[in-house]
Amino acid sequence: MDSTTGRADLSAPLEELHSNEQLKHDSGFLRGTLQDSLADRVTGAVTDSDALLTKFFGIYQQDDRDLRDERRRARLEPRYQFMVRVRLPGGVCTPAQWLALDSLARRYAGGTLRLTTRQTFQFHGIRKRHVRAVIHGLHEAGLDTIAACGDDNRNVICTANPLESPVHAEVSELARTVSARLRPRTGAYDEVFLEQPAAATLANEEPLYGRTYLPRKFKIALAIPPQNDVDVFAHDLGFVAIVEQGRVVGYDVLVGGGMGMTHRQPATFPRLADVAGFCQPEDVATVAEHTMCIQRDHGNRKDRSRARFKYTLEDLGLDWFRAELARRLGRPLAAPRGFRFESSGDRYGWVRGGDGRWHYTLAIENGRLSDWPGRALLTGLRSIATSHGGLFALTTNQSVTVAGIRQRERAGIDRLLRDYGIANDLRASPARQRALACVALPTCGLAMAESERYMPQFMTHLEALLGEVGLPQLPVSVRMTGCPNGCARPYLAEIALVGKGPGKYNLHLGGSPRGERLNALFRENIGEPEILQALRAVLHRYAAEHRPEESFGDFVVRAGVLDPATASNGSSS
Amino acid sequence: MASSPDAPGADVWPGSPLPAALAVEIQGLIERLDQGQRVWLSGYLAGLARAAAHPQPVASAAPAPAVTLLYGSQTGNAESLAQRFAAKLQSNGLPCALLDMADCGKAELLAATALLVVVSTQGEGDPPDRARSLVELLNSRKAPRLSHLRYAVLGLGDSSYQHFCATGRQFDTRLEALGAQRLQPRADCDVDFETAADSWIAGLVGTLAVANGGAVHVSRAVPARDAAAVAIAHTRKNPFHAELLLNQRLTATGSSKDVRHVELSLSGSSIHYEPGDAIGIVPRNDAESVDELLAALPFSAEAAVTRGTETLSLRDSLLQHFEIGAVNRPTLERYASAFGESSLLQLLADTPEGAVPARLRGWHLTDLVQACPPGVSDAQSFTDCLRPMAPRLYSIASSLRAAPEEAHLTVSVVEYEVRGRKRQGVVSGMLARASADQALPVYLHRNAGFRLPAPDVPIVMIGPGTGVAPFRAFLAERHALGAKGRNWLFFGDRTFETDFLYQADWLAWRKQGVLTRIEVAFSRDQEEKVYVQHRMRACGAELWRWLEEGAHVYICGDAQQMAPDVHQALLDIAKSHGSLSEDRAAGYFSALVRQRRYQRDIY
Repeated sequence: MDSTTGRADLSAPLEELHSNEQLKHDSGFLRGTLQDSLADRVTGAVTDSDALLTKFFGIYQQDDRDLRDERRRARLEPRYQFMVRVRLPGGVCTPAQWLALDSLARRYAGGTLRLTTRQTFQFHGIRKRHVRAVIHGLHEAGLDTIAACGDDNRNVICTANPLESPVHAEVSELARTVSARLRPRTGAYDEVFLEQPAAATLANEEPLYGRTYLPRKFKIALAIPPQNDVDVFAHDLGFVAIVEQGRVVGYDVLVGGGMGMTHRQPATFPRLADVAGFCQPEDVATVAEHTMCIQRDHGNRKDRSRARFKYTLEDLGLDWFRAELARRLGRPLAAPRGFRFESSGDRYGWVRGGDGRWHYTLAIENGRLSDWPGRALLTGLRSIATSHGGLFALTTNQSVTVAGIRQRERAGIDRLLRDYGIANDLRASPARQRALACVALPTCGLAMAESERYMPQFMTHLEALLGEVGLPQLPVSVRMTGCPNGCARPYLAEIALVGKGPGKYNLHLGGSPRGERLNALFRENIGEPEILQALRAVLHRYAAEHRPEESFGDFVVRAGVLDPATASNGSSS
Repeated sequence: MASSPDAPGADVWPGSPLPAALAVEIQGLIERLDQGQRVWLSGYLAGLARAAAHPQPVASAAPAPAVTLLYGSQTGNAESLAQRFAAKLQSNGLPCALLDMADCGKAELLAATALLVVVSTQGEGDPPDRARSLVELLNSRKAPRLSHLRYAVLGLGDSSYQHFCATGRQFDTRLEALGAQRLQPRADCDVDFETAADSWIAGLVGTLAVANGGAVHVSRAVPARDAAAVAIAHTRKNPFHAELLLNQRLTATGSSKDVRHVELSLSGSSIHYEPGDAIGIVPRNDAESVDELLAALPFSAEAAVTRGTETLSLRDSLLQHFEIGAVNRPTLERYASAFGESSLLQLLADTPEGAVPARLRGWHLTDLVQACPPGVSDAQSFTDCLRPMAPRLYSIASSLRAAPEEAHLTVSVVEYEVRGRKRQGVVSGMLARASADQALPVYLHRNAGFRLPAPDVPIVMIGPGTGVAPFRAFLAERHALGAKGRNWLFFGDRTFETDFLYQADWLAWRKQGVLTRIEVAFSRDQEEKVYVQHRMRACGAELWRWLEEGAHVYICGDAQQMAPDVHQALLDIAKSHGSLSEDRAAGYFSALVRQRRYQRDIY
């Protein structure tokens, strides 16, 4: 809003910026008073300031919102607990690591693990007194949680499954390289959570980030066309592999995408990334570093709702960015090569790779791994982890691929999938398999409405509608979030529900099945009956009028369903 | 505990703050008064003391603010707006205080004179989380009359929601209903609230500046109280019927215990307690259990039974006078010999002296009567076997300075099964049966041996479980008084998450600097059992320093296990950190007891 008038970036005096900036600056490279907070037995929380700092270590304080009222009346503090998110660049984990995660989940996280939309795991419900044990356990398995949340470079994601082809392996390796390059260097993590002795004080432990880190989070994705499983347009920085004769010759560079917005604040909006140019494979990490540092230096540090890179780019322009990057790189980016996506989302079931090995992608509703009667996902996958020598490859759509299975092992894996009741349900609709929901209530502090807990029920209603219009197999993408911040990338879905209040959602329609177009607000602040009523009408029209092969999202746009006359425009009140 | 006014002896009232000569003089005067005159005088003095105690605002050196800006914020909008308003008022010469709704209770409402409310509305018309307690207070029967108060409300909301600014509206109408006068119409602000907010505060600056005439003088609004109101002394025989204001479970779902926070209204009574005192609840057996017992007895419910000088029907005396719950050894012995129960006599003979035979452990009187009927004796000889109902005393967990006209109790609800039947403790049952506006018969039980020291003296409080109750009173009192003495609490229970009694209160007091230190021990949260005495030993050096600096030590709770364990821990600390011998350590604490620096309320 006022980011162009008056300085709001790193050059402004600290005291004029958002209070978080002062906090980061004074935290001693994120140490804060974390040692005291963890030692305090009187509360299950850490101090408010420390709660901001733990995020930089993937540790996010939450409380069970279902219990807030009961506990407030009982004069008890909220039931504080921590979400602990793993840094897992490229989403790759070995069976041994899987077993470690499994046992930590059983011991400290109520027997559930959650697969995220950024290709990693998170534990929920960790009590303060167990946080260190979890971090130690991950450390022993060669994993960490650094920068999984916070104002830093988040988990670097890429098109799933490094075992699918040499190109996939190369891109996955690059995701790890970029992640390592941009990883915060502070010794606070080792000192506080791994209880190692304090290192000698360094003048600047963070040559890349400095004392105040980034204005907000920074997200990087790498995609291998024709698959756009990572929704590459939705991230601050994207790299699209340009493959010629089975070889990656370089990457088109995309900048300024992002999902989050704030309801009814027109200065905030989801944005698709712009194509900025092309770079060589060996330059990717450097381009990533410079781009992140441009945002470090120019991002808005006054207004956190405007602090993502997409607004910097919106305000200063793509040309300015290209010039600034060229100045830092010492040369401009080359002209983009161009690419074409054919799909977003995951391919479920068995796929055979170029080397003859097999990969099974398992759809996991809401990414939630747990054991239910007749469907022992957690135990089933543990059993698979003990019995194969391949990899687990997480996707960015809350699925997991059991990767690198030899022909002779396949039957064994199939048997386990069947025995534990976890194989992809052939009767489940494609829409349900593709659906994404964020966690929301009861643990997410931002949620305004249900998401994960409501999604299965909503999909049942939607499946009935699809059946009613004669399209039960329509692979329409449906995404739901409990708030407008966009964790499940809702603004790219063909149908999206964005939480507004208890039981109330904004209904968005018209995303592309290739993840290249934002959807638009169709109806504001409505409950289930109105949502289903609105969808029924549009689905009936789609069934009657769509062209061959035309997706629901494409139809909605072509047929003018979203025209102002039909759709409410979001600013009505 | 408290001595009666006519106690003989030279040391007239042990522990009283009165010099001996004055005490003798007063006693002489008291002896010349008849019972009615004494009762009148006690009420007069209580009223005087209370009137003197009340109008003391905490840290009242600074001039009281003319305006209280009360905000209820979820996302921070209301809070930052309130801060902006505060700056605006200050710059116009109107001193004001910012107050988070989470910190606003009855006392704060009564202390305010001009109240500007800034509050947002969430989701489907809900108040912000931190405003919920205040909303509940205002909507409850505990809401104070606010006729001394002038107010204005600004609501924040989002007009795309159905219940736009509902919370602001609710405050506006509730404050009016409670007698407060509106300074100007409410403003309901949408997401673009700037302009409406600016004109709302501008209007108020004008009104308030005129009203204050530039000068700032605010007296605290304390409801007038007739200091000489005639008081009636409430006793166990003549209890006060205290309205039950709140009966709230403190232990969370999943706890192995059911502990209640009970708030009683003392409004209209002469009860004026000090922190450390207890409230007695006159026990009354529940009619269902009495009728069950009567059905098993061969006597008429109406049979006359005499106890002391009073004659009642058997039914009434079982309701009011006798324990009909778990039988103890003396009752069993009397019962067996009165009714010649040879099998019972034999069973007792085979059981060690003083113990209840294992087979009968937990048996209620009805169980005994059913198993060994009393034969065709008479009701009188039956009741003669019984033991009188013991008083039910509960340490008061509140301070009159913080909760005027209320007494809060911390009650552990007892429920168990014997011979397949669900049994409740007497008071637990009374609480379980009492509906919202019902009254409980109560009386004050003074506990002069458990008193706060002078305001600047440090105190160490050790109160696991419900033993923590009087320490809530201590801290509330010290907070209200602005007492400078340091306070250290040791608390323990089974599990942190469900059994941390009054956790939110301790956290608030710690944040405000009232509770200097708190150490907690939860026995079931880890492999090895950890109790308060373990935490005391771990903090031994510091604890010893406090003692040497003159701290008073208070222990409240279980007399069987806890109190001896805690005492042992104190001895060990004196030995290891004070380098005292075994004997000298014992002597050290005996001296503390004599100096009234080591006080216990154990049961």
